[in-house]
Amino acid sequence: MIDQVPLSHVLSVSSLMFFIGAYGFLTRKNLVTMLIGVELMLNAVNINFVAFDRYLYPSGINGHFFALFIIAIAAAEAAVAIAIFINLYRNIRSIDVEEVDKMKY
Amino acid sequence: MNPTLTIFIILLPFAAFVINGLLSNKLPHKTAGWLAVIAIGISTILSWQTAVSYFLQSEPYIRQLVVNITWLRFTETLQVDMGILLDPISVMMLVVITTVSLMVFVYSLGYMQGEKGFVRYFAFLSLFSFSMLGLVVATNLFQMYMFWELVGVSSYLLIGYYYNKPEAVAAAKKAFIVTRFADFGFLVGILILSYYTGTFDFITITNPENPAIISMTGISFMGISVLTWAVVLIFMGGAGKSAMFPLHIWLPDAMEGPTPVSALIHAATMVVAGVFLVARMFPVVVFHAPAALDVVAFIGAFTLLFAAIIACTQTDIKRILAFSTMSQIGYMMLALGVSGYGHEGLGFTASMFHLFTHAFFKALLFLGAGSIIHALQANDIRQMGGLRKYQPVTHILFLIACLAIAGIPPFAGFFSKDEILTAALASHTVYFGIATLAAALTAFYMFRLYFLVFWNNERTYAHTPHESPAIMLIPMSVLAGGSVVAGFIPFGNFVTSDLKSLETHVHLNVAVISTAVALAGITIAWLFYKRKSEIPDTIAARLGGLYQTIYRKFYIDEIYLFITKRIIFNLVSQPLAWFDRHIIDGFMDLTATATNWISAELKEFQSGQLQKYAYIFLSGVILIVLVVLYTYS
Amino acid sequence: MGTSALIFYILSAVMILSAIAAVTARRILRAAVYLLFALGGTAAIYFMVDYYFLAAVQLIVYAGGIVVLIIFSILLTTHINEKLELPRWSKISATFSLTAVGFAITTYVLTAQSFTTGTGTFADATVGLIGERMLAYGEGGYVLPFEVISILLLAALVGAIVIAKRNPPAS
Repeated sequence: MIDQVPLSHVLSVSSLMFFIGAYGFLTRKNLVTMLIGVELMLNAVNINFVAFDRYLYPSGINGHFFALFIIAIAAAEAAVAIAIFINLYRNIRSIDVEEVDKMKY
Repeated sequence: MNPTLTIFIILLPFAAFVINGLLSNKLPHKTAGWLAVIAIGISTILSWQTAVSYFLQSEPYIRQLVVNITWLRFTETLQVDMGILLDPISVMMLVVITTVSLMVFVYSLGYMQGEKGFVRYFAFLSLFSFSMLGLVVATNLFQMYMFWELVGVSSYLLIGYYYNKPEAVAAAKKAFIVTRFADFGFLVGILILSYYTGTFDFITITNPENPAIISMTGISFMGISVLTWAVVLIFMGGAGKSAMFPLHIWLPDAMEGPTPVSALIHAATMVVAGVFLVARMFPVVVFHAPAALDVVAFIGAFTLLFAAIIACTQTDIKRILAFSTMSQIGYMMLALGVSGYGHEGLGFTASMFHLFTHAFFKALLFLGAGSIIHALQANDIRQMGGLRKYQPVTHILFLIACLAIAGIPPFAGFFSKDEILTAALASHTVYFGIATLAAALTAFYMFRLYFLVFWNNERTYAHTPHESPAIMLIPMSVLAGGSVVAGFIPFGNFVTSDLKSLETHVHLNVAVISTAVALAGITIAWLFYKRKSEIPDTIAARLGGLYQTIYRKFYIDEIYLFITKRIIFNLVSQPLAWFDRHIIDGFMDLTATATNWISAELKEFQSGQLQKYAYIFLSGVILIVLVVLYTYS
Repeated sequence: MGTSALIFYILSAVMILSAIAAVTARRILRAAVYLLFALGGTAAIYFMVDYYFLAAVQLIVYAGGIVVLIIFSILLTTHINEKLELPRWSKISATFSLTAVGFAITTYVLTAQSFTTGTGTFADATVGLIGERMLAYGEGGYVLPFEVISILLLAALVGAIVIAKRNPPAS
């Protein structure tokens, strides 16, 4: 694959995915779908790390660790986020991000 | 006695003020009242002790700085101190203020009983005593000015004591504004004087040999030396406080305050602050600015006669006394104005003597008036009459005070007035004539008041007037005692212009004349007012417009109103107000509106909308990346 | 174009399309499933570059853990037949243009930058090797981040329980 696909293509794919995630995060009103956007962004970053590691430093394995840690953090983040969503839903019967503005001003 | 103890004379009333002021809602009336009385009582004892030990020193007396604290240091020489200066006049004033204060405080316990703001009243009264004491012992002009203003404030607070009464509020405002206006002159005078001498200190400033002072006489501004200007401006403050023409208009209105306040502030102590000020500056004025003394003498003489004439026509018991006060202060000012220095300093001594005796009998008159008002709940003498039956003690005490102020021997007023007349005679016959005429008028209007209130027609009252309680009569009796014996004090031995003893004695010619005119005044009053008679009304009708003019106090208030309301308000203040409201306020409003608008817009960033934050964040990141790319490529 | 390249591009297309679908789908459960596809495609790319362990973790944690968690929360908080309303047109256009600009910049940087492909033999990252390195404290060891992540996970665990468990305030 290294020989056939240039690095920039892989990175383009990951960056496209990142901005799709960002778009989802910025447009979606439902908090869960926003979380999906965040996961997409994290995933895109992971692809980046892996691609850099594989293409530029094939003799090392450091890219693994970055990706692994990101996955771990993503898992923790998802767990906490969903706990917050559930609590929020209990309290205001909605997980619409535009209604969660109690802390404004 | 340790002279530094004198500081407690001043601090005790202040402590009473602080305690009563801070706890005005908590303290029971009795506690608050007695607290103030005890504080001023100890002050009185200390003052008398100070006076005795001070005057027991061998002559000549020295000016003693017993306490001196540097408070503000402006330059090497120009600094503001706080301290206590003991010299004959300040010691005498200490005695007068604390004694009259004590009597008024005790009297107030009875007079003000059951009033709603009882504790507030005593707090303000203590504040006044504190300020007045601080004023007379001031070591420098600046300290004096501060206490001067404090006195003005406490006067304002006490005149406006019945703050739900519109007249009282208006009177308080009037008193404050008029005296404040005069104090502007005082301040400018202080600044001129300190600019040239580089100090505020009284001992330096009033030293006639001070080279800075002498050099000031050489600098002339508009044909008059700078020193004269400064002194006249300073005296303007004194004229305001002492209700000298034409700054007198506040004093009659100030009678809206409680009567003991009028007795203390607007008769015995505060209004003589102007006299005290002139006396304080006297040594330098008499040598280097005699023109200023002429001004003082002229204004004093004019006010003396002017106020005495008005007093003959008034019908409000307290206003009569107020005009009488103005007239008597005119005596003091006149005496100072005609006085010389050293051996020719009879006027100075006479002025201080009159200040001393006047404090007693005028305070007594006011307290007597208070006793009458307390019994009748009315101020108008036309509603009074035949009160001697209902208030025998007040009657006797009031009579003593009337005799004292009229100058009948051997009461106190006779001696002091005699000295003033002698001094006036030595200066100018016109002054002597005015003073003698005013003495007759004084006797007339005082006995007019006396006969109208205590004799005249025996009327029946809806509520039978009763004699005042002992707590009010005892202080009055003490003051009556003072009014009787104060004249026998050999004042020339104690208070003189050059701190050396001055031989004074009763001048027979003058004494005979003054007693004769006083008796004449009393006789006329007796004829007119002893019984209900038609004569006064007939005379008033004959005089017609003149009587009206006098009754309306020569329309001075109306002139002031015309000048302030019509001219200043309409021509100056209105355009300024318009300018202020539309241009300056408009500009401020504009900035405020703009700020408001901007912040309202900015507020949107803090909308709580998570996605907006994220959007802005992402835009920022992209912007920074663009900038970095642009810079490094 | 070789086979692996072809597979890569097909995978990429699937990933991008399902990512787009995940952020635009109006049925929320479908969005979650599209996310699953995008994550699965990523795992496939890891397989293609011989990162087997990472691919496995990707599948287990992402597909097996996070997506399931998301689906749980969807089921708890939204009606299954509910269709999400479309975002406002202004919001879509503003966000789209912003992200398009962002993508354009990254693409420009990527094409402008010439990457030098690394030399050296490919080190096969076995699970054992990763485990040793993860717990090593010498050079190239990751024990400190490992511990930090452990604490983080623990904190997240406790926090999630505490937050989700709290009783709703009495209304």
